[in-house]
Amino acid sequence: MKTKRQIQNLIRHILLFIFGVAMLFPFLWMIATSMKTGSEVYTLSLFPKNPSLKNYVRLFESGNFPFWFLNSMYVGLVVTLSVLFFDSLVGYTLCKFNFKGKKLIFVLILSTMMIPTEMLVIPWYIMSTKVGWLDTYWGIIFPGLMSGFGTFLMKSFFEGVPNDLLDAGRIDGLGEFRIWYKIAMPLVRPALSALAIFTFIGNWNAFLWPLIIVNQIHRYTLPVGLSFFNGEFQTKWEMVMTGASVATIPVFIVFLIFQRQIVQGIALTGVKE
Amino acid sequence: MKKSIALVLVALVLLTSLSAAGQADKAAKSEVTEIVYWQYYYETKKNLVDDLIKIFEERNPDIKVIHQTFPYENYNTKVASSVPSGQGPNVINLFYGWLPLYIDSGYLQPLPQDTFPNDRIEDEFFGLVDAAKFDGKYYALPTAVRSLALFWNKDLFKEAGLDPDTPPKTVDEMVEFAKKIAKLDRGGNYLQAGMTLELRGQMHQYLREVLIRQFGGSPYNEDTTKVTYNSKAGYDALQWLTDLERVQKVGIPQYMTDDVTAFSAGKMGITIDGSFRLGTFNALSDLNYGVAELPEMNGVKSNFASFWANGITSTTTGKKLEASVKFLEFLTSDEVMAMWLPAIGELPAKKALALQEEFKNHPMYGPFIRGLDYAHATKFIDEDAQRIVWINAYDEVVLNGKSVKAAVDEAAAIEQKVLDEYYSKR
Amino acid sequence: MTNITTRQYSLERKKQRYAYTFLIIPMLFYIGIRFYPTFYAFYLSFTDWNIVSKNMHFIGLENYRRLISDEVFWQTLKNTFTYVIWGLPISLLLGFTLAYHIDRVKVGESIYKAMYFVPYITSMVAVAWVWRWLYQPVPIGVFNNLLTAMGLPTQPFLMSKTQALPSILATTIWADLGFQMIIFLAGIKAISPTLFEAARIDGANERQVLFSITLPLLKPTMIFLLITGTIRYLRIFTQVMNMTFQGEGGPLNSTKPLVLYIYTSAFKSFKMGYASAMTVVLFVIILIITLIQMVVTRDEN
Repeated sequence: MKTKRQIQNLIRHILLFIFGVAMLFPFLWMIATSMKTGSEVYTLSLFPKNPSLKNYVRLFESGNFPFWFLNSMYVGLVVTLSVLFFDSLVGYTLCKFNFKGKKLIFVLILSTMMIPTEMLVIPWYIMSTKVGWLDTYWGIIFPGLMSGFGTFLMKSFFEGVPNDLLDAGRIDGLGEFRIWYKIAMPLVRPALSALAIFTFIGNWNAFLWPLIIVNQIHRYTLPVGLSFFNGEFQTKWEMVMTGASVATIPVFIVFLIFQRQIVQGIALTGVKE
Repeated sequence: MKKSIALVLVALVLLTSLSAAGQADKAAKSEVTEIVYWQYYYETKKNLVDDLIKIFEERNPDIKVIHQTFPYENYNTKVASSVPSGQGPNVINLFYGWLPLYIDSGYLQPLPQDTFPNDRIEDEFFGLVDAAKFDGKYYALPTAVRSLALFWNKDLFKEAGLDPDTPPKTVDEMVEFAKKIAKLDRGGNYLQAGMTLELRGQMHQYLREVLIRQFGGSPYNEDTTKVTYNSKAGYDALQWLTDLERVQKVGIPQYMTDDVTAFSAGKMGITIDGSFRLGTFNALSDLNYGVAELPEMNGVKSNFASFWANGITSTTTGKKLEASVKFLEFLTSDEVMAMWLPAIGELPAKKALALQEEFKNHPMYGPFIRGLDYAHATKFIDEDAQRIVWINAYDEVVLNGKSVKAAVDEAAAIEQKVLDEYYSKR
Repeated sequence: MTNITTRQYSLERKKQRYAYTFLIIPMLFYIGIRFYPTFYAFYLSFTDWNIVSKNMHFIGLENYRRLISDEVFWQTLKNTFTYVIWGLPISLLLGFTLAYHIDRVKVGESIYKAMYFVPYITSMVAVAWVWRWLYQPVPIGVFNNLLTAMGLPTQPFLMSKTQALPSILATTIWADLGFQMIIFLAGIKAISPTLFEAARIDGANERQVLFSITLPLLKPTMIFLLITGTIRYLRIFTQVMNMTFQGEGGPLNSTKPLVLYIYTSAFKSFKMGYASAMTVVLFVIILIITLIQMVVTRDEN
């Protein structure tokens, strides 16, 4: 019986590995292309004949790249923190409290996911210019501070938190805010980590709104900055791939940091004795 | 808990204070007038304009020009979005095909007649610049224009037994040469394409302004309000193009994703493209190519020209308007045009400059410049919509088996609707 | 007795007050930054605004009337539903399978997670470019080369009006897998280990554990993924934008989803009013489907 499980495990590993490598293929190609020059860019080799970091040098020399990178990091950080805070607070409230209008508010917040944000860009722009947020960090950030997606995610995961634990906190005299923060939140860490990852990534790749709200080239976020390489009639693919490769790094790091949180899961030991 | 809330609050406060870092048109020092110039980002254009601005500011110490550039792909979106809020530049560089929309909405003001009199413009500039003329007034002027020419790969010519220094002179010759170069494997897949069929590239311009005319017709009527290519000439043109794939077998659309890629990779014998392509190909040291005027047919020569033009926004008044007019004058001066060609590779918009001997017979620029003489610039209303009707017409014939006549008629009907929607409102 | 009920009652009221307090700032945000602009967008659907013009004329239901006779609109609706009906189940199934197996391996879990997540974090521009090359005909396209090597006929993929949508859908599912996987993993990890231990003690095998414990406890996660997944696939846009020339959604509109048509109408043709009308239609569709899903999957909690 033991060998049967071992074989199962081995097959599992083999399949996961083979398909895993296949998943990596386009990513590796992207990196390979970033190290190619000339007409080799248009070949499909995984290994460039003369790998060179020339494109990377060029990217950094363009002068604005460090700004774009830092802007995206800054905006991403603020938005992620804000979403983690507000979405979980609202998700928790919608899950663990009973009050009039609860269902309506939930559906309303959920409904914000049903409009493509592209269509909100023009009203946002007009609003921003009226209050002087044009060309500012706050202008880039404000639409993303809270999300229906995150609220829904956290609400779903808070469902799994036993009410007894919360009540125990109340009996101990803890205020509602502390109950949320000290008791409920630690129990949904996997969800928080997932939310952090997805919020950061979604924000990292945002293009249309930063393009519209910012005018000065050094204030742009990374995706907009990289699109400067899409020339009028020609896209410098090797530069696009170089930019894309560099853009992947912080995202990957965020993922590595948070995915461990998901692995650890929670050590739920039931109701406190 | 308190710590993290405090952190968030601090971050928010920081942000709000950072937001005070202001906007471009803050009140400058008392004597200096500030104007803002918008352009799409093209490395050589940006650098040259930066240098030109330095020269301009030296000569006009009371004017300061703020130069902002934006990614090409979404430049139109960026410009349009800035309109509702009244924020935007004073002088702006726009693709001539967008002018109808912007002029109609009152975004641009007509160029002042005293500095830019109509008869002088018509005298000095190439005729195709009248695509910037509406209701008898000019709303924008280009520094430079572009046209199409034929590019051929000398190495592929030699390989196919053709003289590498003799490009095709007629359309029939072009197809013949392409047939010799095209290589297919047993499965009918292209190892090498003879020539381009790229409607998504410049071929839809070629079809419209060159082929249809060479077949004896005209794409539009005099004032571009009516589509006239649903005629024998139009059917012949689409037939010719679809035959390239199905009968002559010299290539397929989107070969190697696009013809620039294919030609750059040395896998396409002949391509038709604009002067802006010279920069791309010149950067490839292992690409051995030549440039020639577009081939003629039945003794008819034609070409398609396009340009980006500079205009002044209608919200610009008073001192800023004066400054903007001066800047525009500078940008369209002979001296700037002469600098533009070697730096950017775009052709001077003024006839006298372009037709100088050294340019007219230049091995690279010559064919483009000579083509300017007989070039047309289509007065687009919505270039994307007007291009896709041809792409779809081609696909209808090749993928759906529609007859050429039906496909062209349908394209004409759709495009006519686009034109009608615009012109009926005026 | 009376003391306890009064205390319970005032406790409830106190909790309600807290609930409203927690919600004040978020509601202000949503009202000001989401609902208000949304109503503005809805209002635009009754006008003929083209962004650049100062004039905006109220034209009533004209945009909606035009929609009904717009062939392209109906095509995009059809495409969008195809994307959802095929894309969502497949990606949910694959995502769960991945999460399940990755959870069960003892070694190398982090590596596998990273490998399967990489497509999700790779820029869509890069993904689209690579896949477009993969789909090319012989001699460049890897897929066609494989097909020829196996003696099968080459396929036009992106150049065919029947194969283009499935081709793009495959790319989408591939890029999206990491997302489903991570959320399923979070859900699986959130199940108390004591439950699994108890099952093992009772002698349950893997299959029984899967069906009696894992899947039922993953219900909230699955509901979440179903609802958000439907919304995401109904809003599919970036992939098609990047994989077709200038977002044309071709060939012959066969791959164009509704959001792409909205985007090009608004930002390329500047028909803001028309695009807004389509946005309203999309919103109503998503709302109805989501409400149905929520009612059907309602927990008797």
